[in-house]
Formats: sequence, C-alpha cells, structure tokens
Amino acid sequence: MATLDHYLILSAILFCIGIFGLLTRRNAIGVLMSIELMFNSANINFIAFSKFITPEALTGQIFAVFVITVAAAEAAVGLAIVVLMYRNFDIVNVDNINFMKW
Amino acid sequence: MQLAIFTIFSIMCIAGAILVITLRSPVSSAIALVFVMCTIAGLFALIGGLFVAAIQVIVYAGAVMVLFLFVIMLLNIKDELIQRDEKKLTRILGGVLGAAFLLEIGFFVRKGLTSGSPGLFMPAPNEFSSIESISTSIFTKYLFAFEVTSILLLVAIVGAIMLARGKGRTET
Repeated sequence: MATLDHYLILSAILFCIGIFGLLTRRNAIGVLMSIELMFNSANINFIAFSKFITPEALTGQIFAVFVITVAAAEAAVGLAIVVLMYRNFDIVNVDNINFMKW
Repeated sequence: MQLAIFTIFSIMCIAGAILVITLRSPVSSAIALVFVMCTIAGLFALIGGLFVAAIQVIVYAGAVMVLFLFVIMLLNIKDELIQRDEKKLTRILGGVLGAAFLLEIGFFVRKGLTSGSPGLFMPAPNEFSSIESISTSIFTKYLFAFEVTSILLLVAIVGAIMLARGKGRTET
C-alpha cells in the first residue's frame, strides 16, 4: 500500500532533479522545464497531504489546481521573455544574459 | 497492488525527469516532460485525485507543453546555440545542492517515519474526488483566491502579449 512517505520521497527526488536541472541547464527553455518539474513535485505533496492527512477537507486539491494555474501563467510570461531575448539578442543561453550585471 | 502501480509510475516519472534534464534537444526534453506529467497524473488518480489528474493532463500535458513546443519551434534554435555547459563548476554545485536538498527532505521524512506519522492509508470519503464537492469549495470558501487567480491570468496574458509582440511590424 502506497503511504504518505512514498509520495513525499518521490516528490523530494523530483524536486531535487528539478533543482539540478535548473542549475545545470544553460538553455533558457530547459531552465523553464526544470521549474515545471519542481511545480509538479509541489503538486504531488499537495495531493498526498490532502489525501492522507485531511481527506475530508479538499484544500490540497484546490490549491493544486491553483498551482497549475500559476505554473501556466509563469510558463507564458517566461516563454515570452525567451522569445524576446532570442529576437533582440539572438541568445537562448542564460549565461549570456548579463546585460544588467554592471 | 496499489504499491506495485505506485512503484511503476514513480520509476517512469523519475526516469522521465532525468531525461528532461539530460537530453540535449529541447524538443526531446519537452516530450519527456509530457511523459512525466502523464505519469504524475496517474499517481494522482491512484490516490483518488481524479479531478486534479484530469486537470494535469488537460492543462499541463496539453496546453502548457504545447506552448513550450510552439516556442521551441518558433525560436528555431540552431545547434551551436545549444551548447552543453563545459563548466564543471556549475555541474558540481548543482549536484551538491540537489543532493543536500534530497538529504534534508529525506532526513525529515525519515524522522516522520520513526515518530509515527499519520501516513497510513485511510479510506477517503466519497466526496474526495467528486467534482461537485471541489467546485462547491472553490466557489464558496476559496472564491476570493479563485478571482485573484483570474486576475493573475489576465495580467500574464497582457504581459506575454506585450513582451512577445513584434516591434516593427505592429506599429505600422
């Protein structure tokens, strides 16, 4: 029987894969995909806690829906920024985006 | 039986996630991410979150990933632009930070295991996965958050259009 701990461990692994990808991918789209992975691990936590701790209060499921909405908005704005960067400066590599550094 | 299904789904999920961050081509990563979303939807369905599983497939695997693929096609990224980082340092730092997070979370999960967490399966009430109860809750108790979410989406739409709109072409 899958318990809460199984879900927590899975989401921890997924979150750490997301962090690793976020720090090592240099392609801006890859960075956004890693962020999506981390959103998903948070969602797994929401659903698992909702199911195993408070199965009668639906709060976790509703907040998972909100998280999905926020993730969609974040992806839209982030991809718009990537398109803008590519169009204006012809780069998608996040290491080269350092115009505001100095 | 449930544990077997959980194991299969989670192995597929982790394998897909590793593919997402290691594959070189953005299109392949995006396809792997769609796969991860679908397995996570299966995990949600396994513990009865049917509504969220459906939303996950429709919104995430459907809409968001299509947006990703659309942008990848739009950018037409050439191969020389996708360089794998040769910097060893970022890689080591990323690995250390990821492992530290994993150890930290694992420590607390383990602590919860030994101190008797309420992690055992309890039969959910019938309304756990019913759309009716979820929608009742959204439109009564969480109505304000729901409305704020709609404003957030509106702002995101306006921002995305303002950012990605072509400069020279639309001003004529």
